[in-house]
Amino acid sequence: MPSLPDMTTPNLAALAGDATAQGGHPAVPAPDAGQPEFTEWLQRVGDNCLILGHRLSEWCGHGPALEEDIAIANQSLDLIGQCQLWLGLAAEVEGRGRSADDLAYLRDVLAFRNVVLVERPNGDFGQTLMRQFLFDAFHLELLRGLESSTDARVADIASKAVKEVAYHLERSADLVIRLGDGTADSHARMQKALDLLFPYTGEMFADDATDRAMANAGIAPLPSTLKPAWDAVVAEVLTAASLTHPGEVWQHGTTGTGGGKRGIHSEHLGYLLAEMQFLQRAYPGATW
Amino acid sequence: MYAQLVKSEGTANRDEMTPEEVAFQDRIDRNEKIEPKEWMPDGYRKTLIRQIGQHAHSEIVGQLPEGNWITRAPTLERKAILLAKVQDEAGHGLYLYSAAETLGVSRDELLEALHAGKMKYSSIFNYPTLTWADMGAVGWLVDGAAIMNQVPLQRTSYGPYSRAMIRICKEESFHQRQGYDIMMKMCAGTPEQKAMAQDALNRFWYPALMMFGPSDKDSVHSAQSMAWRIKMNTNDELRQKFVDQTVPQAKFLGLTVPDPDLQWNEEKGGHDFSEPDWSEFYAVLAGNGPCNAERLGARVKAWDDGAWFREGLMAHAAKHSGGRVAAE
Ligand SMILES: [Fe+2]
Ligand SMILES: [Fe+2]
Ligand SMILES: [Fe+2]
Repeated sequence: MPSLPDMTTPNLAALAGDATAQGGHPAVPAPDAGQPEFTEWLQRVGDNCLILGHRLSEWCGHGPALEEDIAIANQSLDLIGQCQLWLGLAAEVEGRGRSADDLAYLRDVLAFRNVVLVERPNGDFGQTLMRQFLFDAFHLELLRGLESSTDARVADIASKAVKEVAYHLERSADLVIRLGDGTADSHARMQKALDLLFPYTGEMFADDATDRAMANAGIAPLPSTLKPAWDAVVAEVLTAASLTHPGEVWQHGTTGTGGGKRGIHSEHLGYLLAEMQFLQRAYPGATW
Repeated sequence: MYAQLVKSEGTANRDEMTPEEVAFQDRIDRNEKIEPKEWMPDGYRKTLIRQIGQHAHSEIVGQLPEGNWITRAPTLERKAILLAKVQDEAGHGLYLYSAAETLGVSRDELLEALHAGKMKYSSIFNYPTLTWADMGAVGWLVDGAAIMNQVPLQRTSYGPYSRAMIRICKEESFHQRQGYDIMMKMCAGTPEQKAMAQDALNRFWYPALMMFGPSDKDSVHSAQSMAWRIKMNTNDELRQKFVDQTVPQAKFLGLTVPDPDLQWNEEKGGHDFSEPDWSEFYAVLAGNGPCNAERLGARVKAWDDGAWFREGLMAHAAKHSGGRVAAE
């Protein structure tokens, strides 16, 4: 396996810089080829966007108010757009001639690398918002870290996405606060959503060999280093929402072989993929 | 159209008008825009509420047939385009409810009437979307038919309605193009894809023609609405225009319009074509279309399931505005 610093050869950075100037990514598989950790990590970031974007799109036409319907669709669009960039780069780095669409539509469940939190079913709108808030707070910290990535392509995508995600967090935090501190019913629903979803947050901050390789190469911050900032945001918002922090509870996917980052998902993801991938599977090779 | 069989109230007969009504009609005849705070006949207000409300309902119920395929869109790009398109329709609903509110009826009141089955939405949205080609056919034909009606309505007499139409029309041409683009891809694709495209045209052709409503050349309601400039063309005029525009587009795709009697009539400079089955149209409007129960059911469910959310936000607003109820 090539050593990780190869990923950030000056040559490559220069190419990426050119591409940025031209507003696109170059096809430079050679220097990246055979760097499975980088490909792996890019799929984690891209799959989080894809699966959460897909979940949000399920609300379109069914939201609790027109304004929410529109706002949720906006976030879904942002995430799908980001997923196209991350998975496009993953495909490029992988160097096997696959596209972002191939990754999205032709991988099976064990090859997906999103955290389990984002594949959780939408539930009621409160659960959707809580899931969004818990993820947005992580996502924003991650993207801020990625803006100074040693890989110019990563930094480039992050600096575009960070603006969108800052707004996502502003909105989801605001709604969590207002609903937590709304009626007795809305408070109870938000607390229930929090208790239900909190055990899926630990996975976002659990470091593994891939994460350490990325951190050593200066490509991405180590997930565990994002936790203090996330904890602070979550504590502040939950207090303002008069919700009770679940405290130290069991965290799925942080021990043994489980966890979406390693391709071990909940039962829900298979159904999501069956729906999402239907046309590509039923009509192989067709163009749409 | 998005507003079908709208009953008009009032009299187009000048001799029976009050002096106020005559002055109002003169303003309309001079192409002046009527603004919310200005005097208007009660019938004008009521007819507009019905028409704009029905149009607004059509936009949000219209999200559902296409929303049915967002999670199954075949590529990331198609998914994003379709989602953006359906989101636009929600936005159109929002503009139109806001326009209706300037006439003194709230969005909640209009939604209640929709949910209770007292207000209608366009018949077209009660047809199912069975394959991906239906996303093409809906954009091409349904948005295409809507554009026929909405372009002239940009010049309608009621200011807020006219301005809503101007904003909406800017987006509608993108809707129609994305639909036609899907059709082009399908027709240039595999035999299965082409067959899906033909099947979609077969199923949506007559329902699209029904969107314009039955002939209203002898309708008093339509005459009044046209005098008030809240209806700009007869249903037959728009339907003819739609057929004449669409037939060459179908031909370009290599698809056959499912009407054996369709032919160019040199003398009238337009196509002769078969009427849709109007008994089906009335049945669909009466609630007996293939998807009426699902469509209305989905809207009612979204509204009912969202009640706690809306109440929560209102309660929060009330707590944090010094006891004043800020939310309406
Ligand atoms: Fe629309
Ligand atoms: Fe429309
Ligand atoms: Fe449209």
